[in-house]
Amino acid sequence: MRLTLRIWRQRGTSDAGELVTYPMDDVSPDMSFLEMLDVLNEELILRGEEPVAFDHDCREGICGMCGLMINGVAHGPERATTACQLHMRHFADGDTVTIEPWRARPFPVVRDLVVDRSAFDRIIESGGYISAPTGSAPDAHAVPVPKPDADTAFEAAACIGCGACVAACPNGSAMLFTAAKATHLGLLPQGQPERYSRAEAMVRTHDELGFGGCTNTGECTAVCPKGIPLDTIGRLNSDLLRGALRS
Amino acid sequence: MVRLWRSTVGKKAVMAVSGAGLLLYVIAHMLANLKIFFGARSLDGYGHWLRELAAPVFGYEGVVWIARAGLLACVLLHMTTAIQLARRARAARPIGYRHRRPVQGSYSARTMRWGGVLIALFVVYHVLDITAGVVNPNGVPGQDYRNVTASFGRWYVAVFYMLAVTALGFHIRHGMWSAFQSLGISTAKRRRALRAIALGVAVVITAGFLSVPIAVLTGVLT
Ligand code: SF4
Ligand code: FES
Repeated sequence: MRLTLRIWRQRGTSDAGELVTYPMDDVSPDMSFLEMLDVLNEELILRGEEPVAFDHDCREGICGMCGLMINGVAHGPERATTACQLHMRHFADGDTVTIEPWRARPFPVVRDLVVDRSAFDRIIESGGYISAPTGSAPDAHAVPVPKPDADTAFEAAACIGCGACVAACPNGSAMLFTAAKATHLGLLPQGQPERYSRAEAMVRTHDELGFGGCTNTGECTAVCPKGIPLDTIGRLNSDLLRGALRS
Repeated sequence: MVRLWRSTVGKKAVMAVSGAGLLLYVIAHMLANLKIFFGARSLDGYGHWLRELAAPVFGYEGVVWIARAGLLACVLLHMTTAIQLARRARAARPIGYRHRRPVQGSYSARTMRWGGVLIALFVVYHVLDITAGVVNPNGVPGQDYRNVTASFGRWYVAVFYMLAVTALGFHIRHGMWSAFQSLGISTAKRRRALRAIALGVAVVITAGFLSVPIAVLTGVLT
Protein backbone atom coordinates (compact mmCIF):
# COMPACT_ATOMS: atom_id res chain seq x y z
CA MET A 1 0.00 0.00 0.00
CA ARG A 2 1.05 3.54 -0.69
CA LEU A 3 0.05 6.15 1.86
CA THR A 4 0.67 9.82 2.37
CA LEU A 5 1.10 10.63 6.04
CA ARG A 6 0.63 14.12 7.40
CA ILE A 7 2.11 14.09 10.88
CA TRP A 8 2.16 16.79 13.52
CA ARG A 9 5.78 17.61 14.32
CA GLN A 10 6.58 19.74 17.34
CA ARG A 11 9.97 19.90 19.06
CA GLY A 12 8.74 20.80 22.50
CA THR A 13 5.88 22.24 24.51
CA SER A 14 6.65 25.83 23.56
CA ASP A 15 7.37 25.12 19.88
CA ALA A 16 4.61 26.13 17.42
CA GLY A 17 4.63 22.83 15.51
CA GLU A 18 3.41 22.02 12.02
CA LEU A 19 2.07 19.20 9.87
CA VAL A 20 4.81 17.47 7.86
CA THR A 21 4.06 15.20 4.91
CA TYR A 22 5.77 11.80 4.60
CA PRO A 23 5.08 9.50 1.66
CA MET A 24 5.08 5.78 2.55
CA ASP A 25 5.61 3.37 -0.33
CA ASP A 26 5.43 -0.07 1.11
CA VAL A 27 2.87 -0.41 3.89
CA SER A 28 1.65 -3.92 4.61
CA PRO A 29 -2.08 -4.20 5.32
CA ASP A 30 -1.21 -6.56 8.17
CA MET A 31 0.79 -3.97 10.05
CA SER A 32 -0.70 -2.25 13.04
CA PHE A 33 -0.87 1.51 12.89
CA LEU A 34 2.02 1.81 15.34
CA GLU A 35 4.12 -0.68 13.39
CA MET A 36 3.58 1.49 10.35
CA LEU A 37 4.95 4.43 12.36
CA ASP A 38 7.88 2.23 13.47
CA VAL A 39 8.73 1.62 9.81
CA LEU A 40 8.56 5.32 9.10
CA ASN A 41 10.82 6.03 12.07
CA GLU A 42 13.39 3.49 10.89
CA GLU A 43 13.49 5.24 7.54
CA LEU A 44 13.81 8.62 9.24
CA ILE A 45 16.68 7.39 11.40
CA LEU A 46 18.47 5.97 8.35
CA ARG A 47 18.06 9.34 6.66
CA GLY A 48 19.48 11.03 9.76
CA GLU A 49 16.21 12.75 10.65
CA GLU A 50 14.46 12.91 14.01
CA PRO A 51 12.00 10.02 14.43
CA VAL A 52 8.38 10.82 15.22
CA ALA A 53 7.70 10.64 18.96
CA PHE A 54 4.53 8.80 19.91
CA ASP A 55 3.33 7.08 23.09
CA HIS A 56 2.84 3.33 23.32
CA ASP A 57 3.50 0.52 25.70
CA CYS A 58 1.52 -2.73 25.68
CA ARG A 59 0.45 -2.62 22.02
CA GLU A 60 -2.38 -4.93 22.89
CA GLY A 61 -5.07 -2.42 23.74
CA ILE A 62 -4.93 -2.58 27.52
CA CYS A 63 -2.53 0.02 28.84
CA GLY A 64 -3.98 3.23 27.42
CA MET A 65 -0.64 4.75 26.46
CA CYS A 66 -1.22 5.01 22.74
CA GLY A 67 -3.48 7.76 21.57
CA LEU A 68 -3.51 9.45 18.19
CA MET A 69 -5.99 11.59 16.36
CA ILE A 70 -6.17 9.72 13.05
CA ASN A 71 -7.94 11.59 10.26
CA GLY A 72 -9.80 13.61 12.86
CA VAL A 73 -11.02 10.64 14.88
CA ALA A 74 -9.50 9.61 18.20
CA HIS A 75 -7.85 6.15 17.81
CA GLY A 76 -8.86 6.10 14.14
CA PRO A 77 -11.76 4.79 12.13
CA GLU A 78 -12.46 1.48 13.91
CA ARG A 79 -14.86 1.56 16.82
CA ALA A 80 -13.82 0.26 20.24
CA THR A 81 -10.23 -0.09 19.07
CA THR A 82 -7.06 1.54 20.35
CA ALA A 83 -4.58 2.96 17.85
CA CYS A 84 -2.21 0.07 18.60
CA GLN A 85 -4.91 -2.45 17.67
CA LEU A 86 -5.83 -0.66 14.47
CA HIS A 87 -4.57 -2.41 11.37
CA MET A 88 -3.58 -0.86 8.09
CA ARG A 89 -6.10 -3.01 6.19
CA HIS A 90 -8.71 -0.49 7.30
CA PHE A 91 -7.07 2.06 5.02
CA ALA A 92 -7.06 2.08 1.24
CA ASP A 93 -4.11 2.29 -1.12
CA GLY A 94 -3.41 5.94 -1.90
CA ASP A 95 -5.04 7.32 1.25
CA THR A 96 -3.82 10.45 2.96
CA VAL A 97 -3.73 9.96 6.71
CA THR A 98 -3.48 12.95 9.04
CA ILE A 99 -2.07 12.18 12.50
CA GLU A 100 -2.33 14.72 15.29
CA PRO A 101 -1.85 14.66 19.05
CA TRP A 102 -4.75 14.91 21.53
CA ARG A 103 -5.73 18.55 21.85
CA ALA A 104 -6.74 19.93 25.22
CA ARG A 105 -5.28 22.59 27.48
CA PRO A 106 -4.76 20.14 30.36
CA PHE A 107 -2.91 17.79 27.93
CA PRO A 108 0.09 19.84 26.78
CA VAL A 109 2.06 18.44 23.85
CA VAL A 110 5.43 17.18 25.05
CA ARG A 111 6.80 16.39 21.63
CA ASP A 112 5.26 15.53 18.25
CA LEU A 113 2.35 13.20 19.07
CA VAL A 114 3.13 12.75 22.76
CA VAL A 115 0.96 14.64 25.23
CA ASP A 116 1.25 14.86 29.01
CA ARG A 117 -1.83 13.20 30.49
CA SER A 118 -0.87 13.54 34.12
CA ALA A 119 -4.00 15.67 34.57
CA PHE A 120 -5.80 12.31 34.73
CA ASP A 121 -3.57 11.31 37.64
CA ARG A 122 -4.61 14.50 39.46
CA ILE A 123 -8.26 13.51 39.05
CA ILE A 124 -7.58 10.02 40.37
CA GLU A 125 -5.59 11.39 43.31
CA SER A 126 -8.52 13.56 44.31
CA GLY A 127 -10.93 10.67 44.78
CA GLY A 128 -10.35 7.67 42.55
CA TYR A 129 -9.58 5.34 45.43
CA ILE A 130 -11.16 3.81 48.52
CA SER A 131 -9.83 4.40 52.03
CA ALA A 132 -9.57 0.96 53.59
CA PRO A 133 -7.20 -0.65 56.04
CA THR A 134 -4.98 -2.95 54.03
CA GLY A 135 -3.84 -6.30 55.28
CA SER A 136 -4.33 -9.76 54.00
CA ALA A 137 -6.84 -10.00 51.17
CA PRO A 138 -10.40 -10.66 52.42
CA ASP A 139 -12.27 -13.71 51.17
CA ALA A 140 -13.78 -13.10 47.76
CA HIS A 141 -17.30 -13.79 48.99
CA ALA A 142 -17.02 -11.87 52.28
CA VAL A 143 -18.81 -8.86 50.83
CA PRO A 144 -21.73 -9.81 48.56
CA VAL A 145 -22.07 -7.68 45.43
CA PRO A 146 -25.26 -7.84 43.33
CA LYS A 147 -24.44 -9.21 39.89
CA PRO A 148 -25.81 -6.23 37.88
CA ASP A 149 -23.75 -3.82 40.01
CA ALA A 150 -20.67 -5.95 39.60
CA ASP A 151 -21.18 -6.00 35.84
CA THR A 152 -21.68 -2.24 35.54
CA ALA A 153 -18.74 -1.54 37.84
CA PHE A 154 -16.58 -3.89 35.79
CA GLU A 155 -17.65 -2.25 32.57
CA ALA A 156 -16.61 1.14 33.99
CA ALA A 157 -13.37 -0.29 35.38
CA ALA A 158 -12.39 -1.21 31.82
CA CYS A 159 -11.39 2.42 31.22
CA ILE A 160 -7.69 2.48 30.38
CA GLY A 161 -7.25 6.22 30.84
CA CYS A 162 -6.19 6.81 27.27
CA GLY A 163 -7.74 10.27 27.00
CA ALA A 164 -9.57 9.70 23.72
CA CYS A 165 -12.78 10.96 25.32
CA VAL A 166 -11.14 14.32 26.02
CA ALA A 167 -9.57 14.45 22.57
CA ALA A 168 -12.89 13.82 20.83
CA CYS A 169 -15.07 15.99 23.04
CA PRO A 170 -16.05 19.28 21.39
CA ASN A 171 -15.80 20.85 24.86
CA GLY A 172 -12.51 19.23 25.86
CA SER A 173 -14.30 17.59 28.76
CA ALA A 174 -12.95 14.62 30.69
CA MET A 175 -16.33 13.67 32.09
CA LEU A 176 -16.38 10.17 30.61
CA PHE A 177 -13.05 9.30 32.21
CA THR A 178 -14.03 10.89 35.54
CA ALA A 179 -17.43 9.21 35.49
CA ALA A 180 -15.92 5.82 34.65
CA LYS A 181 -13.65 6.00 37.69
CA ALA A 182 -16.39 7.31 39.99
CA THR A 183 -18.85 4.65 38.77
CA HIS A 184 -16.37 1.83 39.10
CA LEU A 185 -15.90 2.59 42.81
CA GLY A 186 -19.29 4.10 43.59
CA LEU A 187 -21.23 1.00 42.63
CA LEU A 188 -19.33 -1.40 44.84
CA PRO A 189 -19.91 -1.78 48.60
CA GLN A 190 -16.31 -0.86 49.39
CA GLY A 191 -16.76 2.43 47.59
CA GLN A 192 -19.94 3.50 49.38
CA PRO A 193 -18.55 5.52 52.32
CA GLU A 194 -16.81 7.99 50.01
CA ARG A 195 -19.31 7.84 47.18
CA TYR A 196 -20.61 11.42 47.32
CA SER A 197 -17.45 13.16 48.48
CA ARG A 198 -15.59 11.30 45.74
CA ALA A 199 -17.92 12.59 43.02
CA GLU A 200 -17.62 16.11 44.36
CA ALA A 201 -13.83 16.04 44.70
CA MET A 202 -13.18 14.44 41.33
CA VAL A 203 -15.43 16.86 39.46
CA ARG A 204 -13.90 19.81 41.29
CA THR A 205 -10.41 18.69 40.29
CA HIS A 206 -11.61 18.01 36.77
CA ASP A 207 -12.91 21.57 36.51
CA GLU A 208 -9.87 23.15 38.14
CA LEU A 209 -7.55 21.43 35.70
CA GLY A 210 -9.29 23.30 32.88
CA PHE A 211 -11.31 20.54 31.25
CA GLY A 212 -14.58 21.72 29.72
CA GLY A 213 -18.12 20.85 30.79
CA CYS A 214 -20.07 17.99 29.27
CA THR A 215 -22.83 18.80 26.79
CA ASN A 216 -23.95 15.19 26.33
CA THR A 217 -23.03 14.98 22.66
CA GLY A 218 -21.73 11.43 23.00
CA GLU A 219 -18.56 11.93 20.93
CA CYS A 220 -16.58 10.43 23.82
CA THR A 221 -18.43 7.11 23.96
CA ALA A 222 -18.21 6.78 20.20
CA VAL A 223 -14.40 6.84 20.23
CA CYS A 224 -13.80 5.19 23.60
CA PRO A 225 -11.78 2.03 22.91
CA LYS A 226 -13.50 0.37 25.86
CA GLY A 227 -17.00 1.52 24.99
CA ILE A 228 -17.62 3.22 28.34
CA PRO A 229 -21.32 4.14 28.04
CA LEU A 230 -22.65 7.68 28.32
CA ASP A 231 -24.89 6.66 31.23
CA THR A 232 -21.83 6.61 33.48
CA ILE A 233 -21.79 10.41 33.20
CA GLY A 234 -25.44 10.50 34.25
CA ARG A 235 -24.54 8.42 37.29
CA LEU A 236 -21.72 10.79 38.23
CA ASN A 237 -24.07 13.77 37.83
CA SER A 238 -26.61 12.08 40.03
CA ASP A 239 -24.01 11.34 42.74
CA LEU A 240 -22.71 14.89 42.64
CA LEU A 241 -26.14 16.52 42.85
CA ARG A 242 -27.36 14.13 45.52
CA GLY A 243 -24.23 14.76 47.56
CA ALA A 244 -24.75 18.52 47.26
CA LEU A 245 -28.39 18.25 48.34
CA ARG A 246 -27.42 16.12 51.31
CA SER A 247 -24.84 18.48 52.74
CA MET B 1 -24.69 25.74 46.76
CA VAL B 2 -21.82 28.06 45.82
CA ARG B 3 -19.64 25.03 45.22
CA LEU B 4 -22.35 23.49 43.09
CA TRP B 5 -22.68 26.65 41.03
CA ARG B 6 -18.91 26.66 40.47
CA SER B 7 -18.82 23.13 39.12
CA THR B 8 -19.58 22.36 35.49
CA VAL B 9 -22.07 19.71 36.60
CA GLY B 10 -23.87 22.22 38.84
CA LYS B 11 -24.09 24.69 35.97
CA LYS B 12 -25.55 21.98 33.78
CA ALA B 13 -28.15 21.27 36.46
CA VAL B 14 -29.10 24.95 36.53
CA MET B 15 -29.31 24.91 32.76
CA ALA B 16 -31.50 21.80 32.88
CA VAL B 17 -33.93 23.17 35.46
CA SER B 18 -34.24 26.61 33.85
CA GLY B 19 -34.65 24.90 30.49
CA ALA B 20 -37.43 22.75 31.92
CA GLY B 21 -39.23 25.90 33.10
CA LEU B 22 -38.93 27.43 29.65
CA LEU B 23 -40.05 24.20 28.00
CA LEU B 24 -43.24 24.07 30.11
CA TYR B 25 -43.97 27.65 29.10
CA VAL B 26 -43.32 26.87 25.43
CA ILE B 27 -45.75 23.94 25.56
CA ALA B 28 -48.48 26.10 27.12
CA HIS B 29 -47.77 28.85 24.58
CA MET B 30 -48.02 26.46 21.65
CA LEU B 31 -51.33 25.03 22.86
CA ALA B 32 -52.72 28.54 23.43
CA ASN B 33 -51.67 29.52 19.89
CA LEU B 34 -53.96 26.85 18.48
CA LYS B 35 -56.90 28.87 19.76
CA ILE B 36 -56.40 31.04 16.69
CA PHE B 37 -58.04 28.28 14.64
CA PHE B 38 -61.24 28.76 16.64
CA GLY B 39 -61.51 32.37 15.57
CA ALA B 40 -60.62 35.84 16.77
CA ARG B 41 -63.03 35.63 19.72
CA SER B 42 -61.39 32.54 21.08
CA LEU B 43 -57.83 33.91 20.90
CA ASP B 44 -58.57 37.45 22.04
CA GLY B 45 -60.84 36.11 24.76
CA TYR B 46 -58.05 33.89 26.00
CA GLY B 47 -55.68 36.84 26.16
CA HIS B 48 -58.24 38.78 28.12
CA TRP B 49 -58.87 35.86 30.46
CA LEU B 50 -55.15 35.52 31.11
CA ARG B 51 -54.82 39.17 32.07
CA GLU B 52 -57.81 38.98 34.40
CA LEU B 53 -56.65 35.70 35.94
CA ALA B 54 -56.65 35.99 39.77
CA ALA B 55 -57.04 39.74 39.34
CA PRO B 56 -58.58 40.17 42.81
CA VAL B 57 -55.40 38.76 44.32
CA PHE B 58 -52.62 39.99 42.03
CA GLY B 59 -54.39 42.78 40.17
CA TYR B 60 -55.01 43.13 36.44
CA GLU B 61 -52.20 41.41 34.46
CA GLY B 62 -50.71 40.33 37.80
CA VAL B 63 -50.32 36.67 36.89
CA VAL B 64 -48.93 37.64 33.50
CA TRP B 65 -46.21 39.74 35.11
CA ILE B 66 -45.37 37.02 37.62
CA ALA B 67 -44.98 34.59 34.74
CA ARG B 68 -42.84 37.09 32.86
CA ALA B 69 -40.57 37.55 35.86
CA GLY B 70 -40.18 33.78 36.19
CA LEU B 71 -39.44 33.43 32.49
CA LEU B 72 -36.89 36.22 32.60
CA ALA B 73 -35.15 34.53 35.53
CA CYS B 74 -35.07 31.24 33.61
CA VAL B 75 -33.75 32.92 30.47
CA LEU B 76 -31.01 34.72 32.41
CA LEU B 77 -29.90 31.56 34.22
CA HIS B 78 -30.05 29.51 31.03
CA MET B 79 -28.01 32.01 29.05
CA THR B 80 -25.50 32.74 31.81
CA THR B 81 -24.65 29.08 32.30
CA ALA B 82 -24.59 28.52 28.54
CA ILE B 83 -22.14 31.36 27.98
CA GLN B 84 -19.93 30.32 30.90
CA LEU B 85 -19.78 26.71 29.74
CA ALA B 86 -19.15 27.72 26.14
CA ARG B 87 -16.24 29.90 27.25
CA ARG B 88 -14.85 27.09 29.37
CA ALA B 89 -15.11 24.73 26.43
CA ARG B 90 -13.26 27.16 24.19
CA ALA B 91 -10.53 27.62 26.78
CA ALA B 92 -10.18 23.85 27.16
CA ARG B 93 -8.96 23.51 23.57
CA PRO B 94 -6.82 26.53 22.70
CA ILE B 95 -5.27 24.77 19.69
CA GLY B 96 -7.76 23.01 17.45
CA TYR B 97 -7.34 20.06 15.12
CA ARG B 98 -6.35 20.60 11.51
CA HIS B 99 -8.49 17.70 10.50
CA ARG B 100 -11.59 17.01 12.56
CA ARG B 101 -14.51 14.73 11.91
CA PRO B 102 -17.44 14.47 14.32
CA VAL B 103 -18.36 10.84 14.84
CA GLN B 104 -21.43 10.87 16.96
CA GLY B 105 -22.81 14.30 17.90
CA SER B 106 -26.19 14.80 16.28
CA TYR B 107 -27.02 17.91 14.31
CA SER B 108 -29.16 19.17 17.18
CA ALA B 109 -26.35 18.65 19.69
CA ARG B 110 -23.90 20.55 17.53
CA THR B 111 -26.22 23.48 16.92
CA MET B 112 -27.24 24.05 20.55
CA ARG B 113 -25.18 27.20 20.97
CA TRP B 114 -25.86 29.02 17.71
CA GLY B 115 -29.41 27.69 17.65
CA GLY B 116 -29.87 29.17 21.10
CA VAL B 117 -28.57 32.52 19.90
CA LEU B 118 -31.00 32.46 16.97
CA ILE B 119 -33.89 31.65 19.31
CA ALA B 120 -32.89 34.46 21.69
CA LEU B 121 -32.79 36.99 18.82
CA PHE B 122 -36.15 35.77 17.63
CA VAL B 123 -37.69 36.09 21.09
CA VAL B 124 -36.60 39.74 21.24
CA TYR B 125 -38.29 40.44 17.91
CA HIS B 126 -41.33 38.39 18.83
CA VAL B 127 -41.88 40.28 22.10
CA LEU B 128 -41.56 43.62 20.29
CA ASP B 129 -43.96 42.37 17.63
CA ILE B 130 -46.74 40.54 19.49
CA THR B 131 -46.36 41.44 23.17
CA ALA B 132 -45.44 45.13 22.91
CA GLY B 133 -46.84 45.65 19.42
CA VAL B 134 -44.23 48.26 18.51
CA VAL B 135 -43.06 46.58 15.31
CA ASN B 136 -46.48 45.15 14.47
CA PRO B 137 -48.38 46.53 11.43
CA ASN B 138 -51.63 46.41 13.41
CA GLY B 139 -50.31 46.69 16.94
CA VAL B 140 -53.57 47.20 18.81
CA PRO B 141 -53.43 45.72 22.34
CA GLY B 142 -56.12 43.09 22.87
CA GLN B 143 -56.56 42.45 19.13
CA ASP B 144 -54.33 39.42 19.23
CA TYR B 145 -55.87 37.73 16.23
CA ARG B 146 -55.46 40.76 13.97
CA ASN B 147 -51.98 41.44 15.25
CA VAL B 148 -50.87 37.90 14.48
CA THR B 149 -52.40 37.72 11.03
CA ALA B 150 -51.08 41.18 10.17
CA SER B 151 -47.59 40.18 11.27
CA PHE B 152 -47.55 36.91 9.32
CA GLY B 153 -49.08 38.69 6.34
CA ARG B 154 -45.50 39.73 5.60
CA TRP B 155 -43.87 36.58 4.23
CA TYR B 156 -40.40 37.39 5.55
CA VAL B 157 -41.71 37.62 9.12
CA ALA B 158 -43.46 34.29 8.69
CA VAL B 159 -40.27 32.73 7.32
CA PHE B 160 -38.19 34.11 10.20
CA TYR B 161 -40.76 32.72 12.61
CA MET B 162 -40.74 29.30 10.98
CA LEU B 163 -36.95 29.22 11.00
CA ALA B 164 -36.89 30.12 14.68
CA VAL B 165 -39.42 27.49 15.75
CA THR B 166 -37.54 24.87 13.73
CA ALA B 167 -34.36 25.87 15.56
CA LEU B 168 -36.38 25.60 18.77
CA GLY B 169 -37.39 22.07 17.81
CA PHE B 170 -33.75 21.05 17.33
CA HIS B 171 -32.85 22.77 20.59
CA ILE B 172 -35.53 20.85 22.48
CA ARG B 173 -34.64 17.57 20.86
CA HIS B 174 -31.14 17.60 22.31
CA GLY B 175 -31.87 19.86 25.27
CA MET B 176 -34.70 17.89 26.80
CA TRP B 177 -32.87 14.59 26.82
CA SER B 178 -29.67 16.32 27.83
CA ALA B 179 -31.46 17.83 30.84
CA PHE B 180 -32.40 14.37 32.06
CA GLN B 181 -28.80 13.29 31.63
CA SER B 182 -27.44 16.37 33.41
CA LEU B 183 -29.73 15.78 36.35
CA GLY B 184 -28.68 12.15 36.49
CA ILE B 185 -32.18 10.89 35.73
CA SER B 186 -31.27 9.21 32.45
CA THR B 187 -29.94 5.71 32.95
CA ALA B 188 -29.04 2.94 30.55
CA LYS B 189 -32.56 1.55 30.77
CA ARG B 190 -34.37 4.85 30.38
CA ARG B 191 -32.15 6.44 27.75
CA ARG B 192 -33.92 5.20 24.65
CA ALA B 193 -37.34 6.11 26.00
CA LEU B 194 -36.21 9.56 27.14
CA ARG B 195 -34.60 10.29 23.78
CA ALA B 196 -37.76 9.21 21.97
CA ILE B 197 -39.91 11.39 24.24
CA ALA B 198 -37.64 14.38 23.63
CA LEU B 199 -37.90 13.85 19.89
CA GLY B 200 -41.69 13.52 20.12
CA VAL B 201 -42.07 16.66 22.22
CA ALA B 202 -39.81 18.59 19.84
CA VAL B 203 -41.77 17.50 16.77
CA VAL B 204 -45.17 18.26 18.32
CA ILE B 205 -44.09 21.69 19.55
CA THR B 206 -42.53 22.64 16.23
CA ALA B 207 -45.54 21.40 14.26
CA GLY B 208 -47.91 23.30 16.54
CA PHE B 209 -45.98 26.53 16.16
CA LEU B 210 -45.54 26.10 12.41
CA SER B 211 -49.28 25.64 11.87
CA VAL B 212 -50.11 29.30 12.50
CA PRO B 213 -47.78 31.04 10.00
CA ILE B 214 -48.53 28.34 7.43
CA ALA B 215 -52.26 28.92 7.89
CA VAL B 216 -51.79 32.66 7.40
CA LEU B 217 -49.53 32.24 4.36
CA THR B 218 -51.93 29.82 2.71
CA GLY B 219 -54.94 32.02 3.44
CA VAL B 220 -56.63 29.66 5.90
CA LEU B 221 -56.47 32.46 8.47
CA THR B 222 -57.13 36.02 7.37
S1 SF4 C 1 -13.34 6.64 29.16
FE1 SF4 C 1 -12.68 5.51 27.31
S2 SF4 C 1 -11.77 7.11 26.02
FE2 SF4 C 1 -11.90 7.97 28.09
S3 SF4 C 1 -9.92 7.52 29.03
FE3 SF4 C 1 -11.30 5.82 29.58
S4 SF4 C 1 -10.95 4.28 27.98
FE4 SF4 C 1 -10.09 6.20 27.18
S1 FES D 1 -0.19 0.71 23.47
FE1 FES D 1 -1.27 -0.04 25.23
S2 FES D 1 -3.30 0.38 24.65
FE2 FES D 1 -2.25 0.90 22.84
